[in-house]
Amino acid sequence: MSILIDESIRLVVQGITGGEGSFHTKQMIEYGTQVVAGVTPGKGGRKFDDKVPIFNTVAEAVEEEGANTSVIFVPPPFAADAIMEAADAGVKLVVCITEGIPTVDMVNVKNYLLSRIARLIGPNCPGIISPGKCKVGIMPGFIHIPGPVGVISRSGTLTYEAVHQLAGLGIGQSTCIGIGGDPVIGTTFVDALAYYQKDNDTKAVVLIGEIGGTAEEEAAEFVKKNVDKPVVGFVAGRTAPPGRRMGHAGAIISGGKGSAADKMKALKAAGIHVVESPAEIGVTVQKAMKVYEL
Amino acid sequence: MKIHEYQAKEILKRFGVAVPQGKVAFTPGEAREVAEELHGKVVVKAQIHAGGRGKGGGVKLAGSVAEAEKLAAEMIGMTLVTHQTGSEGKQVHKVLIEETMDIARELYVGVVLDRAKSQLVFMASTEGGVEIEKVAAETPEKILKEYIDPAAGLLPFQAGKLAFGLGLSGDQFKNGVKFLMALYKAFVAVDASLAEINPLVVTKDGRVLALDAKINLDDNAMFRHKDLVEYRDLNEEEPLEVEASKYNLNYIKLDGEVGCMVNGAGLAMATMDIIKLAGSEPANFLDVGGSASAETVENGFKILLGDKNVKAVLINIFGGIVRCDRVATGVIDAVSKVNINVPVVIRLQGTNAEEAAEILNNSDLEFTVATTLKDGAEKVVATIHK
Repeated sequence: MSILIDESIRLVVQGITGGEGSFHTKQMIEYGTQVVAGVTPGKGGRKFDDKVPIFNTVAEAVEEEGANTSVIFVPPPFAADAIMEAADAGVKLVVCITEGIPTVDMVNVKNYLLSRIARLIGPNCPGIISPGKCKVGIMPGFIHIPGPVGVISRSGTLTYEAVHQLAGLGIGQSTCIGIGGDPVIGTTFVDALAYYQKDNDTKAVVLIGEIGGTAEEEAAEFVKKNVDKPVVGFVAGRTAPPGRRMGHAGAIISGGKGSAADKMKALKAAGIHVVESPAEIGVTVQKAMKVYEL
Repeated sequence: MKIHEYQAKEILKRFGVAVPQGKVAFTPGEAREVAEELHGKVVVKAQIHAGGRGKGGGVKLAGSVAEAEKLAAEMIGMTLVTHQTGSEGKQVHKVLIEETMDIARELYVGVVLDRAKSQLVFMASTEGGVEIEKVAAETPEKILKEYIDPAAGLLPFQAGKLAFGLGLSGDQFKNGVKFLMALYKAFVAVDASLAEINPLVVTKDGRVLALDAKINLDDNAMFRHKDLVEYRDLNEEEPLEVEASKYNLNYIKLDGEVGCMVNGAGLAMATMDIIKLAGSEPANFLDVGGSASAETVENGFKILLGDKNVKAVLINIFGGIVRCDRVATGVIDAVSKVNINVPVVIRLQGTNAEEAAEILNNSDLEFTVATTLKDGAEKVVATIHK
């Protein structure tokens, strides 16, 4: 099993004709994802790569092709609207890759989603992959192998690094989720942890946090109360200066809050195996799994 | 994006938020003119992107036009050191000249994003003039909060609760509510990421004004605020960071000696962290983005080597969609164009990593090739401690 996505999903790509959108659509199809439709307003009626039908609206893609999952490669000024359009069309899972959406727009999106069934992943994220089944996003598929470890992270390439370490030790992944580096995101650590806890095939979880906000502290609280699977945690940015945004819009220590030290402390207090060095994520998972006899 | 107090007050005024009368001055002569308009008794405030200016001697009262000119002459050009500037301080290039007023009370109002709730929150406190972090840590009950439903905006009853909570009554109450409603309107209209009015003052004649104002703007929203882009003050930024922003590189200068070039923000932070664990300090944060093309690598080198503290460079690229052999070729291209006089350690991992290592080893340039993250950090630190 896996969480949130598997081989049965029917994906619509919003922004399929753009540079990023078309490149990654091909990659996703190659990986085995069922891409059933694309959306680019004004280009409805054409076909992408002579195969995938393009529609003007997400509603049409849902109606005509039964799309139930969406991935968004729309530029920042239009991305919030694209998320809400997908949610309104009845799509169940919306994955927004776009980086650079204004925060106020995302505050509105979150509010809008309260009355819709759609779950949002991202924005500003690499997406989600269930190795061997399908991927919805921009991560390199081949570094992943199927297996028992769930990976959740606020980062992109650092997640690839962790996955690479795991795969190097022969440890596969159930589902890997990049939840995004923005201050306002759809799916949080806590949401993902709840899914992993329920999933029988996920035996352990890797949680990769970074400075800024309180998502790691909330995850720690949740793990203490609700998760009995081993969790290995790392927090990037212990050398980051306060008050500076470290690349990600959400990676900033402000008002003395959100430091890596505080987050690591909270994770440790919740019984999470915290690694000090990002090079030791893989081996720590290996050790934890031995201890738990997994 | 950070902006100056006088710019924040220009924005506030535009949306009907009460601010003292005043104007920015770039020269003592201009300061004199503004002081004359304000009839002599004024406050002279140094304009830098840092708090704590008062304690550092950056806010002074002038009793006359002549004194205002003299104070402006002293301040413009001086290096102001506050708890937020670091020991090197910041040079003052302009001053704000404002009317003085009879202050009855000093309060605090702030608007920030509550990330956990994904909502804006108004915070108000009777402890004006004090750092809000201190109030939050020591007496959290003294901070009033109102969360904003984005569809409804700040509602009059919420502004009323805050104003009552601040102990305002009569005309002060009316002015306070008006102030808060206008502040919300301004915040959303300019896509602010933070607004702090500290202190918010109540005058003896019942006015409610922003005596100081700090506004940060959301960088991601600047595309729809072309008029606010000119508020960026390059004097306030690290020159190398300004240079890097021209190449669309995400660079932050730090104090260490190992320059690092990484693709992706999270991996860049993790690389800085592991350099420290290996026994040195990172000289910078540099995210060259997902593609790590020859051009970005070349520009990255120029920026890194512009920092004279850099004694060695660690390149850490995780090639996913971008193949490592391409990155390796790009690095060689870049290195042959830029004069590099420090040791360079390269770690390329991911797609075609072995081919990449071969390309690097076969080039006649001097690189140390590393395989793992740990290996890379240890090798680069070793070149310094040798």
